[in-house]
This record gives sequence, C-alpha cells and structure tokens, in this order.
Amino acid sequence: MKPSDPSITWLEEKPLGLAERLYLPLFVSGLSTTARHLVSPKVTVSFPEQRPKVGNPLIYRGVHRLNRDPEGRVKCVACFLCATACPAHCIDIVAAESPWPDREKYPESFHIDELRCIFCGMCEEACPVDAIELTSLLDLTGKSREEMIFDKEKLLSVYDMTKDAEPMKSASMGCTP
Amino acid sequence: MLPSLPTIVALVKIGLLVGGLMTAAAYLVLVERWMAAWVQDRKGPNRVGIPLTKIRLFGLGQPLADGLKIILKEDFTPKHVDKVLYVAAPLVLLAASLAIFAAIPFGSSLPPIPALGLTGEEPLLVAPGLDVGVLWVFALSSIAVYGVLLGGWASNNKYGFLGGLRSSAQLVAYEIPLGLGLLGVVLAAGSLKLDAIMNAQASSGVWYAFAQPLGFVVFLIASFAEAARLPFDLPEAEQELVGGYHTEYSGIKLLLFLVSEFLHMVTAAFLIVIMFLGGWHLWGVTGSGPVETWLVALIRFAVLSAKIFGVILFFMLVRWSWPRFRFDQLMNLAWKVMLPLGLANLVTVAAVEEFRPQLVTALGEGWAKAAAIAVPWAVFFLGWIAAGLLTPSGTDNTPIRTAGPLDAEHVLGSRPHDLVEA
Repeated sequence: MKPSDPSITWLEEKPLGLAERLYLPLFVSGLSTTARHLVSPKVTVSFPEQRPKVGNPLIYRGVHRLNRDPEGRVKCVACFLCATACPAHCIDIVAAESPWPDREKYPESFHIDELRCIFCGMCEEACPVDAIELTSLLDLTGKSREEMIFDKEKLLSVYDMTKDAEPMKSASMGCTP
Repeated sequence: MLPSLPTIVALVKIGLLVGGLMTAAAYLVLVERWMAAWVQDRKGPNRVGIPLTKIRLFGLGQPLADGLKIILKEDFTPKHVDKVLYVAAPLVLLAASLAIFAAIPFGSSLPPIPALGLTGEEPLLVAPGLDVGVLWVFALSSIAVYGVLLGGWASNNKYGFLGGLRSSAQLVAYEIPLGLGLLGVVLAAGSLKLDAIMNAQASSGVWYAFAQPLGFVVFLIASFAEAARLPFDLPEAEQELVGGYHTEYSGIKLLLFLVSEFLHMVTAAFLIVIMFLGGWHLWGVTGSGPVETWLVALIRFAVLSAKIFGVILFFMLVRWSWPRFRFDQLMNLAWKVMLPLGLANLVTVAAVEEFRPQLVTALGEGWAKAAAIAVPWAVFFLGWIAAGLLTPSGTDNTPIRTAGPLDAEHVLGSRPHDLVEA
C-alpha cells in the first residue's frame, strides 16, 4: 500500500491541552499507575513449590503416556499410525504377534524420544484405540539424552502415575475402552 | 609515631562511610530489582539467602551472589581499545563518586566523647572544616563526566562513543540548572557548607523545599539527569546504544561503572535531602540545637537515612513511570525550561533575602516569614504555568507539509494526501 493511497485516513495529532503542557497531571497519573502496580497482587508462580495451573488438562499437550486397558495390558495394537503421523519422527515401535487372543499385534517395544517430540498431539489424534495420550505433565527434565528416550515401561508408568488425576476418556465419550 | 587524633577520626569516618556506601550500593541494586519486579507485577529476587543453607531471607543474599558473579566473570579487554584510558575510566569515575562524600555529612554530629579525647561535638562528616563543601561536590561531579567520556572514547566503539558524547552533553547541560537550584539554597543559608545548610533549615524549621519550591523542582529534575536516571538515561539507552559508554566493559570494570552510577544516585539523594528536605531535621522529633546525647545523634542519623531512602525509592519509582526523553527534548528542557526557571528562582530568593529586614519592620516577624514563603510559591506557580503555556520544550511532531510535488514521494514525513489535493 503506497502512502498516497486514498483509502488511508490520516489522523491529526490532538493538540496538547493545558494539563498536558503542565506535565504535572500526567506525572501524577503515571506515578499512581506504577504505585498501584507496586502493591497489586503478583502473577509470578514460584515454580517448584507452586505448580502452575494448567487451563484444561484434557487438551494440554505434555508428556506422553501409554494407556492400559481394563485388564492392565498395554492398549496399543502396534498399528504404526502414530509413528506415521508424527512430524518429528520421534516414535519408534517394534511390533510383535500379540500373546492375547483379542488382537493380532502388540508393541514389543515402544520408544518416544521426548527431546525430538514437538508436542503437537498428532499421535494422540491418530491413535485408533486411544492408547497414546498427552498428559498435562509439563516439567519434563532429565540428566542425559538417553534418559529422555522413554520406553514402553516408562510410558506405562506415566499412565499409572497420572490415571487418577487425568482419567482416560471413557467409552461413553466415544473412546475405546 | 602514632597519627594524630583528627587523622584517626577521619580515617574511621572514611572507613565507615566507604564501607557503608558500598554495602548500600549493593543492597540498593537489590531494592531496584525488587521495585522493578513489583511494578511489573512480578515477585523479584527472593531466593538467595544464606549460602549453603536453604534459608532464603527474602532474597537478601542476592547482592553477594550478584557481586561474586560479576567479579568472577572474565575481565575481557578488547584488542582495539586504548588500554590506558580504558582502565583509567572506571577508576576515575569511582574515585570521583566516592570522593564527593568527603564533603557530604551523613548525620548531624556525635556528642563529645571525653574518654577518647574528643571534647567537642564530632560532626559526622569526613572533612568537617571544608568551607567549600558545595563547590567540592560540584567539582567532583564534573570530574565524573570525564570517567564517562573516557570510557566511551577509549572503548573505540561507536555505541560507546555516542553514549559518552550524549552523556557529556547532558551532564554539562544539566549542571547549570543544578547549580542554579543550589545557588538559591546557598544564598538563603549564607554558607557553602552542607552541614551549615542543614543547621539553617533546622533552626528556622522551614525546609528549603517549602521556601524555594521552584528551586527544589529544578534541582530535583536536574539531579535525575545528573544521575542519568531513567527519564534522562540517554547515555546508556539500551534500545539505541546497546550499553552506551560501558558497552565494551565487562567483569569488575563494569561493576565499577555500575557501582558509581548507583553512587551518583545516592549522592543526588543526599544532596536533595540535605539542601531541600531539611537533612536530619524533623519537627518535634530531632530538635534543632546542639547534640548532647547519643540518642539525639542516633535519631538524627535515622531521620536523615530514612529521608534519603525515601528519595531513592522515589527515584526508582519514577524510573518505571516515565518514558525516556528524546535527545532534543532533553536539551530543550535543560536550556529553555530549567535554565529560565532556575534563574527565576534565584532572583526570587535573592530578592526575598535582600528585603527580609524591610519585610520584618513593615509586617512584623510572623507575617514577614509567611510572605517570604508565599512569594516564592507565587513565582513557582506562575513560572510553571508560563513554562507550560509557552511550551518551549514541546516539539512539533507533525509531518512537514511544504514538500514540493517532485520530492513528495521521497521526503520522509511528507503528507501525500496534501499533494493529492493540490
């Protein structure tokens, strides 16, 4: 858009009034704003002692977990849809024949590289059996790169840790049991 | 051979003062960070307490951590700098800012201590006999400009150089209103000694901020500029100049620069309190006569410290209230507003002091005193309103309309729609 475009409306700066020219009222109003903020409640969250509030844990995209079915087995059927959907290629599944009669495959190993993950939630979207989910855990730390590659046991333990606070969506909400 | 008693006393005072000032500067950094945080609805540094324990003490250990960190940092000297001046600049600045305090009283005085051979009152002032205290303060605060200028020049860096130049122009410009504000006080008190100025306010009970409001405001604004505090922090405007004159400095040299900047603010607060806010005097609390007991000495010291702390808090609050001036606005304010107002104040004070005897004979003691306060206030309001109406400090920010048709597209700030109409 050129500056000479007729659709631009040029606004005139308002001339300063007496109060503005005397500086003092503006000074007082500025100072009272700062003084008000000086004593107003603080928004800081003192992190390790105080947990930040997660707006809606159901849609928050934190650390992954692998859900268990009602019998305590891993819910995943090793269909590879999550690994395919993953834009960061951080999911590595080795499938094997399922030892249980109700499904054909199960993940012999299931690794997520949490350092590579971009927490987009596509795996959760893709999963046909609602096995992989993102929890609302937000402080993910580790001391080495190896430690940050979560295996199946670790992901299942995340589920055990968070299942009470964040239950799986039930079948009544259209999810697989 | 033992040094003489006055030498020992002076050395003790210097030790106390320098130690106190350095500690105060360290803790003022913490206060500054707290204020900054609170104004921005944050909590500020509140974790560091006693080292190696989990005791936090509201973050009172922070200055220690800050100091250790900056001292242990690499003291890097860039290759392209003027080595001698580069090292000298922070030293000059710190030496000047510390030496200023030789003439600044940090309390009233101590009662006589016969056990140590001190038979008279011992003034809380490093150089009590100095008759030119105010001149000393001014001379040294001008030397502080050299530190800034040297730092900017020696860095061989365009930002540093610009910062140094800006700083020198600003400090030179604002010395004048500062001096004019001060002259009124000197005239009224009849002395260049800062402790005599405090005594004059205490004995009359009228602080010079009330007797010379215009001088107070001029001095206050000018001392903000002298200390390069926020509305006037152009020497180191981060957004424009990276770090200004200390862009190329790091480690302990940077620390020296930052400490002397804080000392400038402390000096400014001291001067404001001593010259305009009554120093150690507070009606009905401190008395105004000589110091006879330790209690009085202590109360006066506490009152002075509290006032200084209050002024410093004001400095810090203003920092977050006002945006920085543009350089032309800064100069306009100094030369077109502060200078005339300072002169008006000086003339008023001179006239009031000159005609005080006549006022007393014509109106009587009480009314003369009232008139001596009313006249400067009238001048204050008139001067302020005149400055506002004439707005010599106002700048026209509207775009130029007189650009010719050919250069219209290229002239910055021309108004294309004017040309469309033409």
